[in-house]
Amino acid sequence: MNYELILFFALSTLLVLAAGAVVTVRNPVHAAMCLVLTFFTSAMLWILLRAEFLGITLILVYVGAVMVLFLFVVMMLDINVAPMREGFARYLPVGIVVAVIMAAQMIAVLGSRHFGFDNFAAPAAVVEGSNTEALGRLLYTEYVYPFEIAGVILLVAIVAAIALTHRRREGLKTQDINKQTQVRKGDRLRVIKMASESKDGHGA
Amino acid sequence: MSMIPLSYWLILAAILFCISVAGIFINRKNLIILLMAIELMLLSVNMNFIAFSRYLDDMAGQVFVFFILTVAAAEAAIGLAILVVVFRNRRTINVAELDTMRG
Amino acid sequence: MITKTLLLTTALAPLLGAILAGFFGRQIGRSGAHIVTILGVAVSAALSAYIFKLIAFDAHPAVNLSIYTWFEIGSIKAEVGFLVDALTATMMVVVTSVSLMVHIYTIGYMHEDSGYQRFFAYISLFTFAMLMLVMSNNFMQLFFGWEAVGLVSYLLIGFWYKRPTAIFANLKAFLVNRVGDFGFLLGIGLVLAYLGSLDYATVFKAAPSLVGQTFNPYGTVEWAVPTLICLLLFVGAMGKSAQVPLHVWLPDSMEGPTPISALIHAATMVTAGIFMVARMSPLFELSETALSTILVIGSITALFMGLIGIVQNDIKRVVAYSTLSQLGYMTVALGASAYSAAIFHLMTHAFFKALLFLGAGSVIIAMHHEQDLRRMGGLRKYMPITFITAWAGTLALMGFPGTSGFYSKDAILIAVEHADRPGATFAYYSLLIGVAVTAFYSFRMLYLAFHGKERFGHDHAGHHAHHDEHGHGDHKPHETPWVVTLPLILLAIPSIVIGALAAGPMLFGHFFDGAIFLAEGREPLAAMAQEFEHGPIAFALHGFITLPVWLALAGAGFATYIYLFNPSLADRIQQALGPVHRILERKYGFDEFYQAVFARGSVRLGRFFWRVGDQTLIDGMLVDGAANTVSKLAYAVRKLQSGYLYHYAFMMILGLIVIIGAFALLR
Repeated sequence: MNYELILFFALSTLLVLAAGAVVTVRNPVHAAMCLVLTFFTSAMLWILLRAEFLGITLILVYVGAVMVLFLFVVMMLDINVAPMREGFARYLPVGIVVAVIMAAQMIAVLGSRHFGFDNFAAPAAVVEGSNTEALGRLLYTEYVYPFEIAGVILLVAIVAAIALTHRRREGLKTQDINKQTQVRKGDRLRVIKMASESKDGHGA
Repeated sequence: MSMIPLSYWLILAAILFCISVAGIFINRKNLIILLMAIELMLLSVNMNFIAFSRYLDDMAGQVFVFFILTVAAAEAAIGLAILVVVFRNRRTINVAELDTMRG
Repeated sequence: MITKTLLLTTALAPLLGAILAGFFGRQIGRSGAHIVTILGVAVSAALSAYIFKLIAFDAHPAVNLSIYTWFEIGSIKAEVGFLVDALTATMMVVVTSVSLMVHIYTIGYMHEDSGYQRFFAYISLFTFAMLMLVMSNNFMQLFFGWEAVGLVSYLLIGFWYKRPTAIFANLKAFLVNRVGDFGFLLGIGLVLAYLGSLDYATVFKAAPSLVGQTFNPYGTVEWAVPTLICLLLFVGAMGKSAQVPLHVWLPDSMEGPTPISALIHAATMVTAGIFMVARMSPLFELSETALSTILVIGSITALFMGLIGIVQNDIKRVVAYSTLSQLGYMTVALGASAYSAAIFHLMTHAFFKALLFLGAGSVIIAMHHEQDLRRMGGLRKYMPITFITAWAGTLALMGFPGTSGFYSKDAILIAVEHADRPGATFAYYSLLIGVAVTAFYSFRMLYLAFHGKERFGHDHAGHHAHHDEHGHGDHKPHETPWVVTLPLILLAIPSIVIGALAAGPMLFGHFFDGAIFLAEGREPLAAMAQEFEHGPIAFALHGFITLPVWLALAGAGFATYIYLFNPSLADRIQQALGPVHRILERKYGFDEFYQAVFARGSVRLGRFFWRVGDQTLIDGMLVDGAANTVSKLAYAVRKLQSGYLYHYAFMMILGLIVIIGAFALLR
């Protein structure tokens, strides 16, 4: 028995169970935690596939940022958990049936007949060179344009997220510098002709 | 030599995908779980890409995963922003109550 | 010399009058309208007379001129052209002279009518159309004239368009004519198909080639082409000349003013069919079957329509049925191949029938538009001119020896007697009985209107209320103005004398040579020619000892006895022959039959097409149905739009499964 194989099966089982947990647990915070577990497990699996950069990136980016964001939102929204479980049992059978059928179909297609060792040779156990270096080399030469665009996409995401959720407080007094510097004398001052007041008049 | 045929990886990814599909369908109550299921889907796709990249000895697969990660992050951010706004307006994230687009 | 200009002027002068009176009637006023139209028709009449003189007396050859080519499609050429020979010249004279008389008469008859100018425009237009018909040298122009006179007849029958009966009548006339025109058009089409041309000269020259050709409508049925063509052309004549069974429109056409009854439905339009058959004699001579059919139909019309005339009480209806009967006589003559006799009778009939109609009109005016014979009587004291001219017309109609009607009628009778065609015997006896019947009803009308006790003046108050043009409250009728009586006199003269003058040349001379064609060895009027050798007067005196004249005198005598001496006998006979009388009154049920079967049938067919075809099928299923189907489909599809995200995702997944499954299976 190959050590790799055992590790693979163990991690796969954990992955599948965790994924199942994500969609079935009651509490969304628990679901988020299970999702974190799945990401960790799949990062392991990716490292098994000699893609260590991506595995680490997965943990850093996905778990570190995206899942944290998820948890923020889950905790921020004041959700009533109790009514959440209603209707779960009703749809479970259908969902399972559909999923099973799909899985069966896909396994039939993706099975060893077309994707086994005869079609795709087993790769070497040791990979020469650093994965990071190889990735970087490709990314900054051939795929530099998509790389830049990816940056732009992230920018767009920031702008969009802020634009969507930004709220202005009512009655806030702020300074509008632009308006302030464009003020004219006529906006602040008005000269009125008046008869002068005499001494023994009303005022002193 | 690796003893794991490619098909194992692909089947794993397929199972992950199917779980997330079931998750979308089963979950009626929580929009957040929906988004999480979508993340699972993306994860399974990534798994596929990396597996192929290894077995075909082509780095392009991993580059693609890189970009998928980027875009998935952006999408998660915006998705959650929308969720927050929906919650603000409807005071619910119950998917079953969000049917104003019905025909 | 007959030139293009001469012919065009003859044809177009009435048209010009019609246009001026029709479009500028209000500007030129009533007098202007009648002056301009009478001038037009008078010019036409004078020129027609001149043309007739040239052809009849100065031996001018027949003229066949093409004026204008309308279109040429392949070998079909449609042109406007004039063929002027003896036949045409005769018809032109008849048409224009009667039309002129009617125009003058109308000044008096339509004096108070608000549509004065319109009427003159119409009758001038009619004259133009009729001239184009008779002067035509090709089938296309003939058909144009045919349709045009039908149209003007429609306009004139419904002249008082506010009257529902008039509208019913004019529609009836038009529709029945249409049936005839349908057959006519089929005949013309066949002529074109088999002979390749619409021009008379070409067709007549090539006509013998039709003999022996057959037409195969379906299966093994074969029809002889000449017979088919002639029968179809005759169907057109049946419609226009009111032969049974397409006769039903003529009595109803009496709804129109009397002048047009005289012009159109006695003298000219109804004779178009007779003229057409005579003109097509080269074709008709090729088919014995067609001629026999014509013979039989004509004789049926002659006898049975005459019988109806006996029981009519409206003065115009009597004359109308008389016209139908006389048209039957003309048709019989055509069937016996005695074309010249038919045309001769056409001519004499035009004069005396127009005279009788105008006379009836004169009576109607005098009686303040009362038309019922039972409310007339003793008018001879008050209307002497009308009375005398009516006697002249009646004598001509019954065929009293010496009058023109006598010569023409005898010509027909003798021709039929000696014809050896199938159906000739039936025709001969029908015509003989018809002679007696004719005499009877014409004298009945004469006596009821002019002789005997005065039956008017009982309840005249109603009529007097709106016909008070005289200004005085006088109930007694008086003679009509000179514009009315002058045409009567002018028509009475030829009614009496023209027979004697024209019989010889027209019937036995070579007057119609080249115009009318007779098959080899046919001499239908040979028998009469023999008796005519001693001249017309001798023939007339000889007539007193012939059977037809005896029958006519017997009929007249019987009428004299009843209506002058023993009026109650009429009622007793009527009661005794009750059923017969009823059948005659109902005109053999033709009208009821046509109304029930064709009229109502068409209405029902139309309704069926409307309700089922249009509303249910097209609107319901196709138009609304398509919309409804789309709507229902959309309603069903709409249910898929639940608004729930998970439903949408689920659908996507399902679709994916299906596609993958299909893909996997097909591998």
